Amino acid sequence: MAEFFQYALSGVTMGSIYAAVAVGFNLIYGTTGILNFAQGEFVMLGGMIAVSLAAFMPLPLAVAAAMLIVALCGGALEILFFRRLRSHSALHMIVITIGLSIVVREAALHVWDESVRSLPYFTGNECSSVHLAGAALSPQVFWVLGTVGLAVLVLHTFFRYSLAGKAMRACASNYEAAMLVGINTANVRTLAFSVSAGLGALAGCVISPIGMTQYDMGTDLAIKGFAAAILGGLGNPMAGVAGGLLVGLAESYSVKFLPAAYKDATAFAILLLVLFVRPHGLFGRRQGSAVREA
Amino acid sequence: MRPRPLVPVLAAALAVVALQVAVTAAGREYYLTQTIMAAYYAVVALGLCLVMGYAGQISLGHAAFFSLGGYTSAVLTTADLTPLARSGWGGPLLRLHLLQARAGLYGGETIGANPWAAFGGALLLTFAVALLVGYPALRLKGHYLAMATLGFGLIVYRLLLGTNLTGAADGITGVPPWRLGFGLEISGDGAQRIANYYVAWGLVLFTILLLTHIVHSRAGRAFRALHGGETAANSMGINTAAYKLRAFVLSALLAAAAGSMLTHYSGGIGPSEASAMKSVRYVALVAAGGMANLWGVLVVSATLNFLSLRGCFGSYDDALFGALLIAIVSLAPEGPLQPLTAQGRRLWSRLAGHRVMTTPEGPAP
Repeated sequence: MAEFFQYALSGVTMGSIYAAVAVGFNLIYGTTGILNFAQGEFVMLGGMIAVSLAAFMPLPLAVAAAMLIVALCGGALEILFFRRLRSHSALHMIVITIGLSIVVREAALHVWDESVRSLPYFTGNECSSVHLAGAALSPQVFWVLGTVGLAVLVLHTFFRYSLAGKAMRACASNYEAAMLVGINTANVRTLAFSVSAGLGALAGCVISPIGMTQYDMGTDLAIKGFAAAILGGLGNPMAGVAGGLLVGLAESYSVKFLPAAYKDATAFAILLLVLFVRPHGLFGRRQGSAVREA
Repeated sequence: MRPRPLVPVLAAALAVVALQVAVTAAGREYYLTQTIMAAYYAVVALGLCLVMGYAGQISLGHAAFFSLGGYTSAVLTTADLTPLARSGWGGPLLRLHLLQARAGLYGGETIGANPWAAFGGALLLTFAVALLVGYPALRLKGHYLAMATLGFGLIVYRLLLGTNLTGAADGITGVPPWRLGFGLEISGDGAQRIANYYVAWGLVLFTILLLTHIVHSRAGRAFRALHGGETAANSMGINTAAYKLRAFVLSALLAAAAGSMLTHYSGGIGPSEASAMKSVRYVALVAAGGMANLWGVLVVSATLNFLSLRGCFGSYDDALFGALLIAIVSLAPEGPLQPLTAQGRRLWSRLAGHRVMTTPEGPAP
């Protein structure tokens, strides 16, 4: 039972990071129709920038600054690239975001080299552990769960009650209609990129002490986050949370049955399975052409 | 307009011969090594060109097919199949030359698969996997298809990396030469370099010939209809799902063949051949060559891969491919060579003194 609980919590911890990536995917996909392959790079950048900044400022400030910087980068990407390329086909957009993810990753390699970095533990250190129902947990686990949970709640409130959040939902549900009622759709897209980048950066910061930060961590995160987003139903931000937790749990329990070297393959296998069997996701409604639309 | 693919292929063959003569005359035969490797990578890009440029589908998993071919050949030819040879099956297998003896690592003889048999096995396995993955995946569109193929590629990469049979992170070395007959063999032997150059480029030209024929056939027209609008193509009675699957499987087979041959040439293969970055590279090369432009893809991929293999880009290798992707797709989605070919066509028509026919790709002068 204790073992079961231990696996569950480690799965939920990684799963909440996938959830953050999935929510980011959905935010951008919902408002712009672009599937941003560079989503994982936001997480990496967040962690890297926070590690660098933490050297000469207190940790909370460094995390906040990293979030802000990455959010600005995300907004800048939208303004520089996607705003002027709206007429391009899905194939072209995929290729462009892939290109961006490579350039960001290689830039990170040249700025921060290939060593593995990490932020200090938010509370305690690598030896301290909390015992809960027989499972030994790092206090950072609670930071990850708390922060991501809080961020998701804040986002949810933002969508529900703020004007900007309502504008984003309007864009996602019908782009032309949103434009007709006077919503500045271009700015909404930029905002979506910024929020999604900032959320990714936050996830990158909280996971850094236990998950480490490395220049090439983005691709795997992007795929797993995408698996989570698909599992929940693409375009629905909050369903991505459930998807992320499911992917994390599956990955964590797979270690029990398969060699640990195949752990990453499990998440990808789930992705393929969901795509082939239920491409509209577990919670999404079958929309006929939505999946088939290019 | 009846296509005559033989003329440009012959011209390309002449260029290939001229390049070899020039390189040999200049005393820089070592350049041929990278040229050979670039040729094999070009075959993968050409196959992907059929899928992306003509059928309009994306595949971010072609490096997986390449390594599926390479690893199958490597595993079968380096495995110690002596127990199999001693069993009841051994006699007929040896008589059919499906197994062959080679010098063992510590003297004596070990028995492994004949490279021909391994090649056949590689193609069969790839065929099966491509069908299995392609059938459900190609029903997906755009983003979903991209992610599905990327996921497939990553699974193959992780499996290769985590399995002892495939040498885990070290990959497989010591792959024996592949004797083709007539004294030819695919191997890294310096004396065989020129022969290998012709084998590799022979495969490239064969691929081009095959693909040009497909593109100009009934299937090619179906692909273009499919690219233009799938629903419209479907309503015209084209079985779009079947055509997409055929293009996907054929390009997977080409990638596997190239992988298998390159593995024999370089004597080994590592898991990095299956990495997502490699798949992205093939996509970059096809995009840079102008998507639906076989010759453009060939020229761009051979040149860029040659420069990259010679180490001209240093540590900016991957960054360059990424930047290239962004620049070309955002600035010239038709491919950078498209304006050039249009100019060339115009010049040719002026020289020949008649107006060229209007083609859907390029504007009439």
